[in-house]
Amino acid sequence: MSPIVQVTHLRKLFPVKKSGLFDRNETFVHAVDDVSFTVGRGEVLAVVGESGCGKSTLALTLMGLERPTSGVIQIDGQNIATLNGKEMQVVRRHVQMIFQDPYESLNPIMTIADIVAEPLKVHGLVKNKQERQERVIRALEDAGLKPAVNFMHRLPQELSGGQRQRVVIAGALVLEPELLIADEPVSMLDVSIRAEILNLLLELRQTRGISIVMITHDLGTVGYVADRIAVMYLGRLVEIGPALQVLQQPQHPYTRALLSVVPVPNPRQRRERVILQGETPNPINLPPGCRFHPRCPVARPHCQQHDPQLRLVPVGHEVACLEVTPKELS
Amino acid sequence: MSPSPPPIRSFWRTFRRNRMGMVGAVMLILAVLMAVFAPVLAPYNPYQPTRVTIDDIYAPPSPEHPFGTDDAGKDVLSSFIYGARVSLIVGFFASFISIFIGGVIGISAGFYGGKLENGLMRFTDIMLVIPDFPLIVLLVALTKPNLLNIILVIGLLGWTSSARLVRSQTLSVKQRKFVLRARAIGAGNFHIIRRHIFPLVLPLIVVNTVLVISLAVLNESALSFLGLSDPTKISWGQMLNFAFTRGAMSAGAWWALVAPGLGIVWLVLSCTLLGQGLEQVLNPRLETHHLSVGSKMVARMMGIKETPAIGD
Repeated sequence: MSPIVQVTHLRKLFPVKKSGLFDRNETFVHAVDDVSFTVGRGEVLAVVGESGCGKSTLALTLMGLERPTSGVIQIDGQNIATLNGKEMQVVRRHVQMIFQDPYESLNPIMTIADIVAEPLKVHGLVKNKQERQERVIRALEDAGLKPAVNFMHRLPQELSGGQRQRVVIAGALVLEPELLIADEPVSMLDVSIRAEILNLLLELRQTRGISIVMITHDLGTVGYVADRIAVMYLGRLVEIGPALQVLQQPQHPYTRALLSVVPVPNPRQRRERVILQGETPNPINLPPGCRFHPRCPVARPHCQQHDPQLRLVPVGHEVACLEVTPKELS
Repeated sequence: MSPSPPPIRSFWRTFRRNRMGMVGAVMLILAVLMAVFAPVLAPYNPYQPTRVTIDDIYAPPSPEHPFGTDDAGKDVLSSFIYGARVSLIVGFFASFISIFIGGVIGISAGFYGGKLENGLMRFTDIMLVIPDFPLIVLLVALTKPNLLNIILVIGLLGWTSSARLVRSQTLSVKQRKFVLRARAIGAGNFHIIRRHIFPLVLPLIVVNTVLVISLAVLNESALSFLGLSDPTKISWGQMLNFAFTRGAMSAGAWWALVAPGLGIVWLVLSCTLLGQGLEQVLNPRLETHHLSVGSKMVARMMGIKETPAIGD
């Protein structure tokens, strides 16, 4: 079966305001730069990276909320750049987004029932009130707000953060999407609630076969939910592969550095921490060659000249690093 | 968990405790009642021609004429009661026109941005820097000074500050995540404005309407005072004008000036108090307007916390 999402050479550049009236050099922020990946049906792909690496821009571009500068996004085999308004609406119905901040992403003066019913109204999917009511109740209960009638007439500020995030999820589920894009769905929640929400997402994958693209910076939980992990650095994918492999045998020096500072529960287990030096380079003036070389612990002179591409490495996933020997192609 | 009260009722519960707003509301309601029931309340009909003698001109307050009489020997109280009608009609309708234009311009500029915003806001700036009152005087003088023209001129020139306020509120609402969420759902611009932007800008519009009423009332009175009133309608400004130009001062007939003057103050004050009270209730972040004197502000100035007195 064809993958639900196929992204090829996606770029999104944001023009930077010119400094003066006569400044002719237009500069760009390279938010997403030449990114390619696929998401299979029923798969959970986690996109990991530090803040400012372009994760959220990637999510918004996938949603069609930002136009890609170049490259192709295919959802369900359709290139979303070529769709007209009506066709896009149909695609939108199958792709829904969960936002990071459940305190901000709900309109404070709409009741929970109105919020969850809004997608149905926008898409004109139900004919009468009763059907709408039924679908809203079903979505709320699927999102774990039971019994739904207790919540429907409340306002968002009367709910806890975890409950609000469930409302956001219910609002996404009500359209019965095939793909969920979750932009840091648990980062604003208490640790005790995170597991609940993540379990809910996994459950939805089980029961409905929903594919999920999860944007996160939390490497601690990513192994728990993701099938595959994509590591992003400054708008580029530097490593992508099956979750366990990436976590247990990280190949890219950046992934290794990230993983080495994830706290582990066992205090006796000593590990060598790799603390990265310096700041993330400015995404407007990118360093030449490999983007990571100014901070890379294993950088060599040729890293300044060549920009590495993703290559298959012996352990079986793809890494963009000149220092990692690629798998011999036989 | 009990269902939450409907927004209207919870609004009323908070508003009732806002002393300033309540005083303003009561004052405004009294003024409206007086205008509506003018034929019942007024002892005489000021539009009826009456026979007067020389003694009736600028007669001091007496049992027959509690507020005295004016230069034509007419009862000031009756004119005062009927005059409220013009002020209120002009105030309400002109401010509705203003707020409608200001709201449409503000929301479209704030929401759509870009060239449209630039164009609309530069136009607003131009209108803003033209001194309002001289232009109002000019336009009313050029057209026929009847009630409709006065309402239109005041209304069509008084929208600039509302447009700016509404635009800035729209800009801040537009940035909020639930608007992005609505977009992700697939909602169009019109839906987003109707369901997400307008309801959150509405409180500001309501407050602004009330405040603009007081401006319109003042403008109308000033116009009438300058003699640019509808000659067939009695208004407070016109009463002031007649008293001022027809010798009330030299006759010592203070009553002919005080009654309409206090009427104007009463209306403007009621709108300002109500507007500020509404502002506090609808936008709790403001809590207390820097110009208003409430118990909280007094307590803050004295550096004491509001605590119930001992023995309470």
